[in-house]
Amino acid sequence: MCLAIPGRVIEVFQDRGLRMARVDFGGTVKKACLEQLPEAVLGDYVLVHVGFALSVVDPAEAERTYRFLEELGQLDEIHMPEGPA
Amino acid sequence: MKYLDEYRDGRVAAKIRSEIGRVTTRPWTLMEVCGGQTHSIVKHGVDRMLPSQIELVHGPGCPVCVTPLEQIDKAHAIASRPGVTFASFGDMLRVPGSHTDLLRLKSEGADVRIVYAPLDAVRLAQQHPDREVVFFAIGFETTAPANALAVTQAAALGIKNFSMLVSHVLVPPAIAAVLQSPGNRVQGFLGPGHVCTVMGYREYEALAAHFQVPIVITGFEPIDLLDGVLRTVRLLEAGKVELQNQYSRIVTRAGNVAAQRLVWSAFEVCDRKWRGIGTIPKSGLRLRYELQEYDAERRFDVGAMETLEPAACISGQILRGLKKPHDCPAFGSACTPERPLGATMVSAEGACAAYFAYGRHRQEATR
Repeated sequence: MCLAIPGRVIEVFQDRGLRMARVDFGGTVKKACLEQLPEAVLGDYVLVHVGFALSVVDPAEAERTYRFLEELGQLDEIHMPEGPA
Repeated sequence: MKYLDEYRDGRVAAKIRSEIGRVTTRPWTLMEVCGGQTHSIVKHGVDRMLPSQIELVHGPGCPVCVTPLEQIDKAHAIASRPGVTFASFGDMLRVPGSHTDLLRLKSEGADVRIVYAPLDAVRLAQQHPDREVVFFAIGFETTAPANALAVTQAAALGIKNFSMLVSHVLVPPAIAAVLQSPGNRVQGFLGPGHVCTVMGYREYEALAAHFQVPIVITGFEPIDLLDGVLRTVRLLEAGKVELQNQYSRIVTRAGNVAAQRLVWSAFEVCDRKWRGIGTIPKSGLRLRYELQEYDAERRFDVGAMETLEPAACISGQILRGLKKPHDCPAFGSACTPERPLGATMVSAEGACAAYFAYGRHRQEATR
């Protein structure tokens, strides 16, 4: 129910007084309401739930979290080659 | 897809898994709050990647599951009325009430429509001014802004043939209810990432401090979930009580303030009954007084409905993390997704339905 998916904003337009977007989810394009996400611009990745954009994905935070996880264990491998697995 | 595929990378998952194994010295019981997380955990087998000392129990965060039977019966009563077009999210259609379900009503001639977005229900009302369009507004805080937008749009556009049957629930009171349950086993929480996308996580900092329990706001992909477990176990092992935000690419401390403002422009907090659990004070949302003319319960005067849940169902204990699906004698035999006995089997995000969908009713016996 709380399923929300990140997609890329490929068009921004107005519809009946609401700021709307077309959002590309890996080839599937759907409309989403951008009204409560004024900072979102063309090219941003936004998290969409039931046709409503909730948040802009922060690329720097995504990179930081992922790098941190990718590097898990590497310090052990460098400094403690005989350490427990 | 960007921001999805990389969070399913098996190589990174293996690293986190081995790190969890390295830091775990004692048994710990963690609860993931959100039904979407439960579904992802069971689908990807995240719980089976963990050391045997780490147990994941599944929380009450499936809105379809916890929508009380009487609300479902009210939906069916309204959908059966002539002149009504009843619009609902797809996952509510098969949920059985006391007598029927929306899909069956549709096959019998009721005008039942699946909508992807709540705004689509408002458009239906505009396109069919001769019909009474009723939208079944369920969900947690994640869905509240979209549902709020539907009713505020209807009001702004002066659409009179639109109303909502509201059954909204809030996560923090449910976490408090879990922690206050006699026999509670939960020592740490994976917090609901998408709920916090809207609401931020200040309320969860307060919960963590009040109940002295670590909470890690967590995403929905396997790597997010493993990272959430790792962070929670590290906190537990170090004896630290704090809130961490694993899902920082999406969630900020303040949340989406504009969306919150929209929610409070349409809804106010109320006591709400949760299927399987009972009434939790201040755990739901209802339409604000100024928007009461859009309240389908008033418009259609469906009144109070008496309902009876099957005695065999232990979903209340499952929703509070006290039991797991295979602790129930009815699981997979008398109770299946086709013929569910209670809350945790009625939606794909319920713990019992997720276990059933991924074959756990057959596998657990041989494990």
